[in-house]
Amino acid sequence: MHEHDVVVVGAGGAGLRAAIAAQEAGADVAIVSKLHPVRSHTGAAEGGINAALRDADSWEDHAYDTMKGSDYLADAPAVEALCQESPEEVIQLEHWGMPFSREEDGRVSQRPFGGLSFPRTTYAGAETGHQMLHTMYEQVVKRGITVYDEWHVMDLVVTDEPDPADRTCHGVVAYDIQTGEVNGFRADGGVILATGGMGQVFDHTTNAVANTGDGVAMAYRAGVPMEDMEFIQFHPTTLPSTGVLISEGVRGEGGILYNGEGERFMFERGYANNDGELASRDVVSRAELTEVNEGRGIEDEYVHLDMRHLGEERILDRLENILHLAEDFEGADGLTEPMPVKPGQHYAMGGIETNEHGETVVDGLYAAGECACASVHGANRLGGNALPELIVFGKRAGYHAAGKEMSEAEIPTGKNGEWEPADYEFEISVGEVDSRGPAAADGGAVATDAEALLRTAVERARDRVETLLSRTGRNHAEIRSTVQETMTANVNVFREEDRLEETLSDLREAREAYQEVAVSDPSRTFNTDLIHTMETRNILDIAEALTMGALARREFRGAHWRKEHQERKDESWLKHTLVSWNGGEPELWYKPAILEGESKTYEPKVRSY
Amino acid sequence: MSTQLPKQTEEASESETESDVPSRGDERRAERRRRAANRREQRQAEEAERAAADEDTIELRVFRYDPDVEEKQEPRFDTFHVPFEKGMTVLDALMYARDTYDSSLTFRHSCRQAVCGSDAMFVNGGQKLACKTQIGELDEPIRVEPLPHAEVRKDLVVDMEHFYDQMEAVEPYFQTNEYPDGELEEQRQSRENREKVKMSTRCIWCGACMSSCNVAAGDNEYLGPAAINKAYRFAMDEREGEDVKQKRLEIIEQEHGVWRCQTQFSCTEVCPKDIPLTEHIQELKREAVKNNLKFW
Repeated sequence: MHEHDVVVVGAGGAGLRAAIAAQEAGADVAIVSKLHPVRSHTGAAEGGINAALRDADSWEDHAYDTMKGSDYLADAPAVEALCQESPEEVIQLEHWGMPFSREEDGRVSQRPFGGLSFPRTTYAGAETGHQMLHTMYEQVVKRGITVYDEWHVMDLVVTDEPDPADRTCHGVVAYDIQTGEVNGFRADGGVILATGGMGQVFDHTTNAVANTGDGVAMAYRAGVPMEDMEFIQFHPTTLPSTGVLISEGVRGEGGILYNGEGERFMFERGYANNDGELASRDVVSRAELTEVNEGRGIEDEYVHLDMRHLGEERILDRLENILHLAEDFEGADGLTEPMPVKPGQHYAMGGIETNEHGETVVDGLYAAGECACASVHGANRLGGNALPELIVFGKRAGYHAAGKEMSEAEIPTGKNGEWEPADYEFEISVGEVDSRGPAAADGGAVATDAEALLRTAVERARDRVETLLSRTGRNHAEIRSTVQETMTANVNVFREEDRLEETLSDLREAREAYQEVAVSDPSRTFNTDLIHTMETRNILDIAEALTMGALARREFRGAHWRKEHQERKDESWLKHTLVSWNGGEPELWYKPAILEGESKTYEPKVRSY
Repeated sequence: MSTQLPKQTEEASESETESDVPSRGDERRAERRRRAANRREQRQAEEAERAAADEDTIELRVFRYDPDVEEKQEPRFDTFHVPFEKGMTVLDALMYARDTYDSSLTFRHSCRQAVCGSDAMFVNGGQKLACKTQIGELDEPIRVEPLPHAEVRKDLVVDMEHFYDQMEAVEPYFQTNEYPDGELEEQRQSRENREKVKMSTRCIWCGACMSSCNVAAGDNEYLGPAAINKAYRFAMDEREGEDVKQKRLEIIEQEHGVWRCQTQFSCTEVCPKDIPLTEHIQELKREAVKNNLKFW
């Protein structure tokens, strides 16, 4: 059994920042991650970090842009925290040596990004995430923070109270990928989930193979609701054959989108008469797919992104990485030809429900970064707002878990604030195939002390591993690809009721198939078959909650487009979707979005670009 | 180049201390072995059939080894036939083989876009990132092996600990004694200086350079190209200041530091991020000489 004050799960931007903060606040902190930290997917972020650094800019403008971009579904206290603290966090990274791109006078450069009223995106070429990840890992090395790398966290260790609000998290159970050992990690200060995205729920994604939403699913089964899962960002410029991301920085620097007829469709077809290519991501993705669906695409699949006119010097200076990606993964030379692009799954706006300090409804359990939903992105995330979220909320969660004094949070979690049940009947059954009935934290246990709780949880995890290894049954890969295919076909940029229903039914079948899953590799050494099999369970839970939220939300808001409901309906839908696991019988409910900020209310307006 | 398997004795002591998983009966293990053997035969038959039916398949020969599984304790090569698609990479082919034929085929991979640095391997005799190596550019059969000069854990997975130790030995973090006064003031850095360190900051810790280096192969304590490049990244950064640079040069001048490099350029040749590693090492040698003259 390992013991630390604070355990951080995941070693990307949010996890590393949380660990550094917890240590600064005096805690003994350890990071547990299924990847070595530098392998984390933060490293693939390209575009930049929004921060109101200059006199002509202000955090208030950044907050306004973010609330508008969110289609008024973000919570203002979280958005304002993000925008107020991002500048100091960016300067902190700079002081840690991060190699930002620079102006002539030696200051950090900033560029325009979609949906921003000021060029406030700081960046390091088109490899901002890589530089940020490595800079923070350097600090972790400097501070001697313990890292258990290549340990896959299987379960949270949570007390088994009927009401999630009464539960306490005491640690995690993890599987050592290198040796097959299952062990407990006790953390009385708190567990911080920073496990990143869940793009593997889809099959055309910019996300890494490791982005299976483990933290989200783990917290869900422990009683923390998933929030706003139906809001998935489809990035407008991904390479068609692999889903590799082509940064919004290309359009920020002046890149132009053309359809198959050579039209600059963002303007010529009236999708965004003011901002054109730099409209918000959801707007551009829908525009591209509309062009393709109406027969004006190229090879019926994609459109062109042209940056040749920027000139070789500027491209090499600011977007060099894009040239390599287009060349290596699509065989296109961005200097001499336009690059083929199409929308691809990129980011989950939703996630583990938290307040603005990263606290969840379960005591001692925190979440930060993409896996969390504070919510700063609402129905649509602006480019350049993901990286500041990692560092601002990573730091906040780290401080809070380490016991640093902080203000009272304004965002209620769980059913502690105002809430309402959903009035939606699902035709397909959802949840655990052989549910034990409501009111039990999956992975939780009845026990009087933390030590006993962890021992029980470790035993149960060992049994699970043994069962998966010893029985015969189906391979997970087939189940995973069924889920990815149905999600990509039906829960994509455009969504219709029938096909969402069909997806729930496909997912039901996949869940039933998963009941018979088995691992055929008997090895205790680096058994990736076993890890992937456990991940597939997480993918299933997330896909289901996401589809439930998408079916029930009968309006069009941000990234969530519904064929039958073509309007944003503020009177009935200015509210967050929550799905609680409820011991295997998922419950859908809602809580109001908080539009009241520190000194102003963000009144919903028509969102045009 | 050699593929290094762990010594049997080390293996025995490791499994004694670290494996506290309850063991199951011999009978079950025997049954599992029989099943595995059956599956393998079945798979090979299916593959042969597929290969005969479809000409557009490629042949992969993949190194297999697992200290934990009896039939894989003796290293071997397995052959996989994978349907070829335009744009297919070595990683795509390996994933196809794993998901279709043999779920125990093991390799590290994550981002699929040459930034996480997980999937460096030895492909047709050269260190490559599997995700950015096009199948179409390789001669068949394609031979895929773990990185040479690193201990094999299983199949294509090698122990990276030694590589990480060397990276961490060069104080791989920014150090300065002076920060600007204002709370929200950044340190100024000229564009030229940022350009100077730019390539060195692109390292993704894949380990291809270390694996290709003959000096590192013979001298286990040699810092190696990646770690020296990391030292270069900071030593050349004007924000760190002269006193810190002095300390950095002392680190890379140690017995197993820059002077071991024999400028064979093998690291530079294999680097998937095109970092001019050998040049960086040479430049640090020159800096060290200049520095020593200064104190002479």
